[in-house]
Amino acid sequence: MNENILEMRSITKTFPGVVALDDVNLQVRRGEIHAVCGENGAGKSTLMKVLSGVHPAGTYEGEIHFESKQVSFSSLNESEALGIVIIHQELALVPHLSVAENIFLGNEKSRAGIINWHEVNLEAAALLDKVGLRENPVTPVGHLGVGKQQLVEIAKALSKNVKLLILDEPTAALNDDDSAHLLGLIRDLREEGVTCIIISHKLGEIAAVADSTTVIRDGSTVETIDMAEATRNGEDLTRRIIRGMVGRDMENMYPGRDVTLGEEVFRVEDWHVSHPTQRERKVVDGASLNVRAGEVVGIAGLMGAGRTELAMSVFGKSYGRDISGTVYMHKKPVKVDSVADAIKAGIAYVSEDRKRYGLNLIDDIRRNITAAALKRVAPRGWINDNEEIAVAERYRTSMNIKAPTVMSVIGKLSGGNQQKVVLSKWLYTEPELLILDEPTRGIDVGAKYEIYSIINKLAASGKAIIVISSELPEVLGMCDRVYTLSAGRITGQLPVEDATQERLMELMTMERD
Amino acid sequence: MTGTSNLIELMTRNLRQSGIYIAFVFIVLLFTVLTGGTLLSPGNITNLVLQYSYILILAIGMVMIIVAGHIDLSVGSVVALTGAVAAVVVIREGMPWWVGIIAALITGVLVGIWQGFWVAIVGIPAFIVTLAGMLIFRGLAMQVLDNVSLSPFPNEYRQISGGFLNGLLGGPGYDVFTLLIFALAAVGFGVQQWRVRMRKLEYKQPVEALWLFAVKVLLVTAVIMAFGWQLANARGMPIVLILLAALVLIYGFVTQRTVFGRHIYAMGGNLEAAKLSGVKTKRVNFMLFVNMGVLAAIAGIVYSARSNSAQPAAGNMFELDAIAAAFIGGAAVTGGVGKVQGAIIGGLIMAVMSNGMQILGIDQSTQNVVRGVVLVLAVAFDVWSKKRSSVSN
Repeated sequence: MNENILEMRSITKTFPGVVALDDVNLQVRRGEIHAVCGENGAGKSTLMKVLSGVHPAGTYEGEIHFESKQVSFSSLNESEALGIVIIHQELALVPHLSVAENIFLGNEKSRAGIINWHEVNLEAAALLDKVGLRENPVTPVGHLGVGKQQLVEIAKALSKNVKLLILDEPTAALNDDDSAHLLGLIRDLREEGVTCIIISHKLGEIAAVADSTTVIRDGSTVETIDMAEATRNGEDLTRRIIRGMVGRDMENMYPGRDVTLGEEVFRVEDWHVSHPTQRERKVVDGASLNVRAGEVVGIAGLMGAGRTELAMSVFGKSYGRDISGTVYMHKKPVKVDSVADAIKAGIAYVSEDRKRYGLNLIDDIRRNITAAALKRVAPRGWINDNEEIAVAERYRTSMNIKAPTVMSVIGKLSGGNQQKVVLSKWLYTEPELLILDEPTRGIDVGAKYEIYSIINKLAASGKAIIVISSELPEVLGMCDRVYTLSAGRITGQLPVEDATQERLMELMTMERD
Repeated sequence: MTGTSNLIELMTRNLRQSGIYIAFVFIVLLFTVLTGGTLLSPGNITNLVLQYSYILILAIGMVMIIVAGHIDLSVGSVVALTGAVAAVVVIREGMPWWVGIIAALITGVLVGIWQGFWVAIVGIPAFIVTLAGMLIFRGLAMQVLDNVSLSPFPNEYRQISGGFLNGLLGGPGYDVFTLLIFALAAVGFGVQQWRVRMRKLEYKQPVEALWLFAVKVLLVTAVIMAFGWQLANARGMPIVLILLAALVLIYGFVTQRTVFGRHIYAMGGNLEAAKLSGVKTKRVNFMLFVNMGVLAAIAGIVYSARSNSAQPAAGNMFELDAIAAAFIGGAAVTGGVGKVQGAIIGGLIMAVMSNGMQILGIDQSTQNVVRGVVLVLAVAFDVWSKKRSSVSN
């Protein structure tokens, strides 16, 4: 079992002006689960693109040896032919095609170009069985949840006789149940001899599932940790990986702060929201909650519990229909019929999906920052360009946004810096209440700490803050008080001192009686 | 942050925008040589302005529609309809010329409300709505005109696109008034650029080196004055050029410097994010189509005044010229990118090519092929420069 299925030697890859990978080495043993960790921008994805042929041979330096033979791929097809399959973070499935069609897309079972659908569906069913997905192969993929789509991707990989399966952030969008199932599946595949490289930010997962872990920082390999050995030595695996990633021990993941609570800022009472297309389905069912000035309140719930839906419906009725209930700001009822109303009332909502809902990726930092409060730089309807730039510069400095100028295009920034731009954008609206939906999703450890510090600073300045998060340690580390949400209902409310992960999970999974 | 950027940086920083100006200069030079200088002769320059002004007017509205992520296929038909309404009011009913103009503008507004309703309120893709509009308004134009063309317009109406401000101040062989207007424009340009520069320095923004700034301003001023000199040596200042210049200035300001303009770009860049930033997207979309209707009406008035008649087939295929102008001028097919001045340059590139090829006696079929190829190449350049500028991670 000690033979290396893959060796990447001294890989160096440069883009114009940037060294993305600098002499990176990666050795993966046959039949192991090998994790690759590193902050965003450390070079993990670039390394995988080099491996899979997305960056063709010749555009990088170094050697790749697969099954003891030196290989050089000039396209994805060539690496797949040898059994190297990569599953990207953004799933590459066609929503309108069926599960079976997706599994064999680009690899159709045909004779003389004619497809035998019975055969295809039969084989697809067998593959679905293997990945533990109980769905009809003719179901359109778009009808499945993200977790099941992920399984379809793996079934697709299996159909290609995969030897080395690469998963890029496979559980980023999954809830805990689906994640657990996926990780279990990866373990099963290991038993069948499939080697797996898994890229993940969820260190707990890696600690649980990986046999070894390679840590990459700033485009270079830091170390490869043999997880079994580290465990024998009594090391805390998560902490060990973090130390490698950030180059220092992160004693406290969550910066501390002094809490000074003020008057109640925000209250929502008896909030009901129905599903936008299925009217009989209550997505939020009679939720009530409040936040005081200087307080960080958490909303913990599994995916589909209605967390985002609750937040977005409060924020200018941006989600759902048949919305009823009352929103109070400073104990006075306010109108939140449109996003403009909500902003005017002092509410800001930072979306969980910043690329889709938060940013104009083709525009620059400056215009993204002023987008929600343009009137402030355009008091008479026309925009004062220079004032706008000055405003953006202020936020670039105060939020520590790493970019050459405020004219830099957003799409090129790292996740952490993009998130800081979104936060700046909402701070510029001078909100009383900030609703932060998964504020650290897809952000590396160092930037997370920065975001937490910003949240603490905002709370200290008297803002009311709601943090929606599916990472329980984050909820426990950041919040003063936690509401749990299950199936659209608030199932509990705990001061953080009384909350433990187990207690929260219990409340989050509470069934309707 | 304070600093001066050099020439190469200035050129490469925005290749997408500057590339179009370079291409324009190249095409003008090419056709000037090919036509033995006829292209830039006083008479031909005047002719160019008169002949393509309505396309440029349409391009202004079109680029805004495209930036917002829509398209408008109906503008050619709207040109016909508004011209027809003006003709019926002025020629058939014998009302004063200005009543005809007002009637045409109101028609444009109504067209805009109709299309804006379906696109913004109901949410039907603009491609479908304006494809339907293309048929509807062409049909209505035919009905209004009873399928015959109406002519001639009274002299005042014809002045809109055929008139010149000439001889107001006299002049020995050239028109002093025209030169004066152009001189004012040149000075205005210089002063405005200087003020922008001063403001940038005040806010500690990077500016180009002083010599570069001076060369840039002098170059543009020289082009403005040369253009004015040629016009002054022909028939003087075309009224339609004043109209066009005013529209370009107004819409350049609206798109770049107002909240409304910014909202168009925000919507085109990321519609969902714009909605969640408080942009009233329905209202902006609605206003965009009303605006397009008005601009199409203005184009309709100018075109009918130029052809001195209203015909059921007027404005056929104008939409394609306007769309091509916007894309050649750097607008992105996916929305969010594009500028009014870019669309104007794009339109001028098309105009100079058509006009140049006409002078050279190249037949219509070849002209179409060449213009089609240029359109594809322009968009290919856009795609290429986008790829080049995005450093993959």
